[in-house]
Amino acid sequence: MYQIVSKKELNPTVVQMEILAPLVAKKAKPGQFIILRVNEEGERIPLTVAGTDAIRGTVKIIFQIVGATTLLLNQKNEGEFIEDFVGPLGKATHIEGIKKVCVVGGGVGCAIAMPVAEAFYKNGADVTSIVGFRNRDLVILEDEFKSFSTRFVMMTDDGSYGRQGNVTAPLKEMLEAGEKFDLIITIGPLIMMKFVVLTAKPFDVPVTVSMNPIMIDGTGMCGGCRLTLCRNGERITQFACVDGPEFNGYEIDFDEAMSRGRMYAEFERHQYEENCNLLKRG
Amino acid sequence: MIMAIQKTRNPMPAQEPGVRAHNFDEVALGYPYELAMNEASRCLNCKNAPCVNGCPVNIKIPSFIQAIKENNLSQAFRIINESSSLPAVCGRVCPQENQCEKYCTLGVKFEPVAIGRLERFVADWHNENESASVIRPVSNGHKVAVVGAGPSGLTCAGDLAKDGFEVSVFEALHTAGGVLVYGIPEFRLPKAIVAKEVDGLKQLGVKIETNVVIGKTLTVDELFEMGFEAVFIGTGAGLPNFMGIPGESLKGVYSANEYLTRSNLMKAYRSDSYTPIQKGGKVAVVGGGNVAMDAARTALRLGADKVFIVYRRSLEELPARKEEVEHAMEEGIEFRLLCNPTEICGYQNADDPRDPKNGSVVGMKCIRMELGEPDERGRRRPVEIPGSDFMMDVDTVVISIGTSPNPLIKSTTAGLDVNARGGIIVTEDGLTSRKGVYAGGDAVTGAATVISAMGAGKCAAKAIREFLL
Repeated sequence: MYQIVSKKELNPTVVQMEILAPLVAKKAKPGQFIILRVNEEGERIPLTVAGTDAIRGTVKIIFQIVGATTLLLNQKNEGEFIEDFVGPLGKATHIEGIKKVCVVGGGVGCAIAMPVAEAFYKNGADVTSIVGFRNRDLVILEDEFKSFSTRFVMMTDDGSYGRQGNVTAPLKEMLEAGEKFDLIITIGPLIMMKFVVLTAKPFDVPVTVSMNPIMIDGTGMCGGCRLTLCRNGERITQFACVDGPEFNGYEIDFDEAMSRGRMYAEFERHQYEENCNLLKRG
Repeated sequence: MIMAIQKTRNPMPAQEPGVRAHNFDEVALGYPYELAMNEASRCLNCKNAPCVNGCPVNIKIPSFIQAIKENNLSQAFRIINESSSLPAVCGRVCPQENQCEKYCTLGVKFEPVAIGRLERFVADWHNENESASVIRPVSNGHKVAVVGAGPSGLTCAGDLAKDGFEVSVFEALHTAGGVLVYGIPEFRLPKAIVAKEVDGLKQLGVKIETNVVIGKTLTVDELFEMGFEAVFIGTGAGLPNFMGIPGESLKGVYSANEYLTRSNLMKAYRSDSYTPIQKGGKVAVVGGGNVAMDAARTALRLGADKVFIVYRRSLEELPARKEEVEHAMEEGIEFRLLCNPTEICGYQNADDPRDPKNGSVVGMKCIRMELGEPDERGRRRPVEIPGSDFMMDVDTVVISIGTSPNPLIKSTTAGLDVNARGGIIVTEDGLTSRKGVYAGGDAVTGAATVISAMGAGKCAAKAIREFLL
């Protein structure tokens, strides 16, 4: 059992929690993730580590309430416990040697992008952060993100805050203006990452994407999180949980990843609705 | 007086195939008392007792059967328990036809004594009638870490704990049991039995820490820094093999590990489960081992209209346990032998890229095989028959062609030698290339049996005892 040490609502659908898990807090690096279960009958879900406090022994997670399990997780309060919490899983972000980086985050992906920006910034890199949200009410972590950025661009789809448009727009402008990034790292919805890759392609800038396939065990034993990469004309299979979650954006078959991500959409919808109804009744 | 020997063994009562194909309850119901006594009376108590050597852990078989004959079931259990830590498990899952029963003297002319069924009978009797009031041994002050709470790790932990060692077992998943909980289905091995074994260990003082991935949460080196004086690695062979054919990443293609983990560990077979699994339709399971049988019989119970086993060799070469193959056939699973998949085909709606069925399995292309020359292990090599391609109408494919050792420990532990297949290299005592680090089970041999993993756990426990005391 793992205690919820703090809980904070970042926007109407995004919640931040700190979980007491000293071993994980000591080890976890930016880019890695954990897997948790809310209760004994629950499913296992992966969530990226948003931060750690090795002294207090806590791990920060930020999640969007999108399904049955995140709904259940949100029902838990400070001081209460969740059943299981394991990590750190996956490979950490590669920070060394990157002097100028562009971090592109979309929606709740910004929660994951921020600790990455922080790691690069603290390592002395020039960090350009471009973050995008649907509208003003959904904006999260703005001040934290700014504090780890040399340059910060805020985008909203509807223009209610910052600049109106897609995150790829300022990226394209910078690249066209001749900016030379060592790396673009992007985290957010698959379709957003796909378009960041397409935007960067003509400029030949390395792009790292953070993949979020469906996972079960997270340790490489089931292959459920497998992705297809195209490398040197060959299609190869890798597991996001052990080879990733970060990958070379140019190699990823995004369409397949999006398709596989929808495999249980109907079940998930049903579970979510069931739980919503249960909560309304209770 | 010479008594007539019953030539045939007593049949195992089982759920009717038509009934059990729709539930996850245990199929084999166990001998009632009378059948057990009758079966025990068939044992000749022969002088040679070749069955003992046939057993990977050398259980004193004639002795325990003699104890049954004398109606001393308590003694029978004690005899089994001297050599085996998991009799209720092994009695159910051991491939006895290749082990003890293969060498049974009675089996030369008649049917061998049903040794496995008798072991199960005794173990179940013990669990029901004898209270497990375990006396916790006095500590000898030495700490040992066990990595993996599967058959080899649990066995090693138990043997060490009985000798007074302070043992901590570190398990990556949220439940102890390893393949006993994620791999073998409820209808073959009820999880309550595994839970009872694990409880027994806790009563002996063994600490089981779930949700700890050695190699990620902690490293083997850190275990030594924490004060453990020896480490046993029992991390199994959990890495799934895929065929590498086109279409293997379509929606509806699973590795057997994923399929079984969803069903067994995450209980997706239950209608109220939070973990989904594709149910119903037509399912093809590729492979011929116990795991393939488990996957096929699970698919059936999940409501599949048709389930196929697709195996590239013939029935004689099929490696699964005899009882599983029999049960699978009785349940109506169709065996497509001497067939091999070449491609898995997916649905694509040319007019509607948003069709939710896009990217789902609609069929599997196969080719017929014939058996050619034997390979280096003596098994006849399957060879494609040109032009014999055909299409199977399926919507779920479970790839069950074997597993390999998970590379996580090797990649995070300096100085640990592995062989070409990723198995940790050990001496006959289970010692690895690093002092104080031992290994056993599937992590060493590649995917094998519960009992050989158990034997390796016992062997390593003995070596660790000698190393530390």
